[in-house]
Amino acid sequence: MWLSNLLIGLTRILVGAFPRWVGSTPSHAQRIYFANHSSHIDTVALWAALPPGLRAKTRPVAAADYWNQGAIRRYVASKGFNAVFIERTHPDASTDPLQPLIDALEQGDSLIVFPEGTRHRQALPAPFKAGLFHLAERFPNVELVPVYLENLHRCMPKGTFFPVPLICTVRFGPVLNRIADESKPAFLERARQAVVELA
Amino acid sequence: MIMHDKFLWLTGGVVTLLLIASITGWLLGLRVKTESGRAVIDNLNARVRAWWVMVAIFAVASLLGKLATIIMFSFISFFTLREFLTLTPTRASDHRALSLAFFIFIPVQYYLIGLEWYALFSIFIPVYGFLLLPSLSALNQDPEHFLERCAKIQWGIMLTIYCISHVPALLLLDIPGYSGQNALLLFYLLLVVQMSDVLQYVFGKIFGKTKIAPVVSPSKTVEGFIGGGVGATLIGASMWWITPFTLLQAAGMAFVTVLMGFLGGLVLSAVKRSLGAKDWGTMIEGHGGMMDRMDSVSFAAPIFFHLTRYFFAV
Repeated sequence: MWLSNLLIGLTRILVGAFPRWVGSTPSHAQRIYFANHSSHIDTVALWAALPPGLRAKTRPVAAADYWNQGAIRRYVASKGFNAVFIERTHPDASTDPLQPLIDALEQGDSLIVFPEGTRHRQALPAPFKAGLFHLAERFPNVELVPVYLENLHRCMPKGTFFPVPLICTVRFGPVLNRIADESKPAFLERARQAVVELA
Repeated sequence: MIMHDKFLWLTGGVVTLLLIASITGWLLGLRVKTESGRAVIDNLNARVRAWWVMVAIFAVASLLGKLATIIMFSFISFFTLREFLTLTPTRASDHRALSLAFFIFIPVQYYLIGLEWYALFSIFIPVYGFLLLPSLSALNQDPEHFLERCAKIQWGIMLTIYCISHVPALLLLDIPGYSGQNALLLFYLLLVVQMSDVLQYVFGKIFGKTKIAPVVSPSKTVEGFIGGGVGATLIGASMWWITPFTLLQAAGMAFVTVLMGFLGGLVLSAVKRSLGAKDWGTMIEGHGGMMDRMDSVSFAAPIFFHLTRYFFAV
């Protein structure tokens, strides 16, 4: 799709988005990539760092209140990088906000998630939200891969409109091992540490 | 000989050189036994392969003409500045100044070359840039390391935009009896600088013993510098026929270019080390980053430009 190629080309020129596989290798196994979140470029940068063959089966999770607002953003998110929309504000308690992600995983797609839930100004990730834990419990066979996006908090920090082109490396760490009966806070902190260790 | 013929001869000459380098690398690869030797040869071959790509891009841009050449160098400035600032610690309050450097100062500086507006081209960054950018940073009210941040940003802009833009600026010089051939002068400058780098590397690898500045740049040796410097000066002198210079003048220009290129490599190596890095990046396989290839050019280009302008242009 031309829009995907355009997005990837722009991302390469702006921030490079060069992949470094430090603890894992590219694989067709179904995966959830989880990363630190500090700029709007993160989503496309991580996606662009994947080999083209994997990219087609990997869908970034994007906040519906940002990416599903307005025709242009919606078009870019859904056609450009095949996003799965998630509602960050869910007044309707009867529906599970994770349902779109669950559907995508059940279809066999891999996901890119930012478990902090929102962008932060600092280089290291803030505490993770619970969604990653619930997905991990529900899909015990999906590999959980920590990813650290370097420098992107400098490229386009929250509140800025124009990016500063700086080289960003995308570090893929070793698959997070599963520990039986691990508590939610322990799991989330362990997952966060896996991202921090790549920094 | 007309310009077109000279260009063909030059391209043929460079392609022959690269063929020799590729074949030598392949033969060395067959003979090498040790682990460390293998690493050196692999790096050598990666460098030669990267040279093929760089020469091809340069040749295509030259054939397409002035506009393509200017656009190519604006991208070189963009990528070298990106490498420079990636390694340089800046703060969020510098964001606007940095955006401005990338998206306004690079296009304007190169647009001025296209307009052939020499007066503004030569002061745009040192006057307007260097006064406006720190003003933008100061308005963000963040005094922490303010002087260091401004100094680093300005030095980066100076080297990557201002200095490098002096290569395509050779196209705007009006040299009597040489009109329409300025692209050859650009070729000449890059050839002398890069041959000097290559020959210093080769002489250094074969004869290098006495290090010049082991702390700052461990790969620079007296033997490499003398061998490479003399070699590149001789090559520069022997290429006088593509320049507006006489044989002796060409030797002098080549000598100054070699000297400045050497200093550029040395100074940028010191900058790199003070930022805690070995290479500027990974963009060009075997060489490191774009800045690892442009460091000597950034120092040689402005001096070459101004000497040519003062002594040969009207």
